[in-house]
Amino acid sequence: MTALLTHSALLTRRSLTGLVRQPAYLLITLIQPMIWLLLFGQLFSKVIEIPGFTSEGQSFIAFLTPGVVMMTALFSAAWAGTTFIEDMGLGVMDRMLASPVRRGALINGTVIYQGVISVAQTAVVLVVAYATGARFGSSAVGIVLTMAAAVLLTVVFAALSNALALLTRQQETLIGVSQLLSLPLTFLSSAIMDPSLMPEWIQTVARYNPLDWAVLVSREALSATPDWGVIAWRGGALVVLAVVMSWLATRAFGAYQRSV
Amino acid sequence: MPNPIGSTTARKPQSPSSSTHLAIEATDLVKTYATGRGKPPVQALDGLSLTVRQGEVFGLLGPNGAGKSTTVKILSTLTRPDDGRAVVAGHDVTSNPDAVRRAIGLISQKSSSAPMMTGRESVLLAARIHGMSRSEARYRATELLDRFELTDAADRLTKTYSGGMLRKLDIAVGLVARPTVLFLDEPTTGLDPEARTQMWDEIARLAAVEQLTVLLTTHYLDEADHLADRLAIVDDGRLVVEGTPDELKGRLNGDGVVVEVVDQTAATIAAERLSHLDGLIDVTHEGRVVRARTRSAAGVIPSVLASLDQAGVEVESATVSRPSLDDVYLHYAGRTFEVEEGADR
Repeated sequence: MTALLTHSALLTRRSLTGLVRQPAYLLITLIQPMIWLLLFGQLFSKVIEIPGFTSEGQSFIAFLTPGVVMMTALFSAAWAGTTFIEDMGLGVMDRMLASPVRRGALINGTVIYQGVISVAQTAVVLVVAYATGARFGSSAVGIVLTMAAAVLLTVVFAALSNALALLTRQQETLIGVSQLLSLPLTFLSSAIMDPSLMPEWIQTVARYNPLDWAVLVSREALSATPDWGVIAWRGGALVVLAVVMSWLATRAFGAYQRSV
Repeated sequence: MPNPIGSTTARKPQSPSSSTHLAIEATDLVKTYATGRGKPPVQALDGLSLTVRQGEVFGLLGPNGAGKSTTVKILSTLTRPDDGRAVVAGHDVTSNPDAVRRAIGLISQKSSSAPMMTGRESVLLAARIHGMSRSEARYRATELLDRFELTDAADRLTKTYSGGMLRKLDIAVGLVARPTVLFLDEPTTGLDPEARTQMWDEIARLAAVEQLTVLLTTHYLDEADHLADRLAIVDDGRLVVEGTPDELKGRLNGDGVVVEVVDQTAATIAAERLSHLDGLIDVTHEGRVVRARTRSAAGVIPSVLASLDQAGVEVESATVSRPSLDDVYLHYAGRTFEVEEGADR
C-alpha cells in the first residue's frame, strides 16, 4: 500500500514536471476552457429566453459554467492515454513494467495528474465566468463540489482512455474513440441546454451519462438552494464509476503484457 | 542483494561455484503472437531452453525475428510465455514476477528515458521506485551519473542527449537497484562506432568488476564474439546451439575455404565438383560463393584451384580463414548470417 502511494506520487510528479516544462502546452490547456465558455456563452446566449428554460433568474453564463467545466474535464481526460502510447513508443513503458512499480500507480499517476489539470481548468472557468457577470447562489461549497465532480469525471475518462491505450496500443484508434465520445456525450447532457427543453430520448440518455451527473452535481452545488439528493446520488455514482474504471484500467496491463 | 562493488576479482566462467549456480534457467518457452483477424499467428518462440550461469555474459545471437527479444521480454517479466517455465535470479517469472523485477535491470532496444526529464531525474525516479529513500536515491544517482560520465549533463533534459549518452543513462537507470541479472537487448544497435566501443568496454566492466550476470542479445557476430563468455544461436524461436565462442568455432572441422566464382551457375558446378574433392567437407554454395571446411587449408587450395580449372570454372578469388562465428551460424542455421539479415529487412 505504501509502495502504491509512493509510486503514485512519484509518477504524478513526473507528469506535472513535464507539463511545467512545456509552458506553451500549459497555456493552451488553460486557455481552451476559457474559449469554450465565452464562445458557447455568446453562441447560445438566447436559449435562456426560450419559454420553459428554468433559469432561476440566472444568466446563461452562470447556467453554462458547470457544463463547460465538465466538458473541459472530459475533453482533457479523454486524451490521457496518449501519454501511455508515447511511453510505449519510447520504451519507457517496458522499463516501467519490468520494474517493481505498482500497476495501479501507473494508472494513478496519469489520472491524478489529469485531476490536477482539471482543478486548474475549473478554476479558470469559474474566474472567467465570474468576470463576465455570472453569479452563483453558493460559493465556497459550490466551488469545492464543482471541482470534486470535475476530478471524478476526469478519473472516469482518463482511466478509460488509459485502458483503451493499453488495449489498442495505437494513437489513431485512441484519438478516434475519444473524439467519437467527447462531443456526443457533451450534447447528450444538460451541459448547454435545460433538460426540460430536450427531446425525451435525450433526457433518457442523459440520465446514464456520467458527464450529465457531474454537471448536475456542480449546478446544484452552485445554486442558492442545492438539491442534496441529486448531489449525493450523482456524486456517489461518479465515485463508484471512477473506482471501477481505475480498476479496469489497471487490469488492462495484463492484456497489454500478454500481447507485447 | 547488493553486489560487491569495487571488487576486482577476475571472473572464472569455468569455476565450480559459477557453474552450479544458475542465474537464468528457461525451459521449453513457447510464445505465439496474434497478428490480427484472419492472419495466422506468429510463433515467436517454439520451445526455447537456455541456462545462464551466475556472473557470466551470455550472448543470444540471431537475426531479427529469431526470438531474441521475445526471450528477453519473458525473462524480464514484460510478457508471459504461453508455455514453459523460466527462473531468473531464483524466482519464477510467471508466479513471482515482482521478486524477479526487484533483482533485474532491463535495458531495452529503445532508449527508455522520458524526453522531458533530466538524466538525474530519470535515475532518481528509478531509485525511488525500487524503494530507496530520498537521500539514498540522491546518493546513488550522483554515484551512477558520475560513473557513466554524465555528471555535466545530469541536469539537462534527456532530449538533448546524444545516442551514446542515452544508452549510458539507460544502463545507469538499469543498475540503480544493484541488480544481479542485467538484460541488454541489442545494446549497441544504432550507435556510432566510437559509442559502440565504449559500450563494449562498459559491458565487459560490468561483468568483470560488478560480477553481474548479463544476458545480451545482438545480431552482430563480432559483438557476441567479443563480449560473451558463452553464447547461443537462436533461429526460428529455438536455440540452435550453445557454447563458448571458442567451443562453437572448435566444433567446426578446421578452417573455412571460400571460393568466389563468376556467377551462380558456375557456383553450382563448382560446389558439385568440390564436394567430391578429398580433404573438403561441408560444401555449400550461395549466390556465386562456394564455402567448404578443411583440416589443412594451406594444402587444399592448390587442389581446389586445379579441380575447378579442370571443370572449366573461372575462379575470382579463393581464401582460407580461421573459423568465425559466421561459419558457426552457417553451420548450425544452414545459411550465412548476412543473407539472413538481408532477407529479414
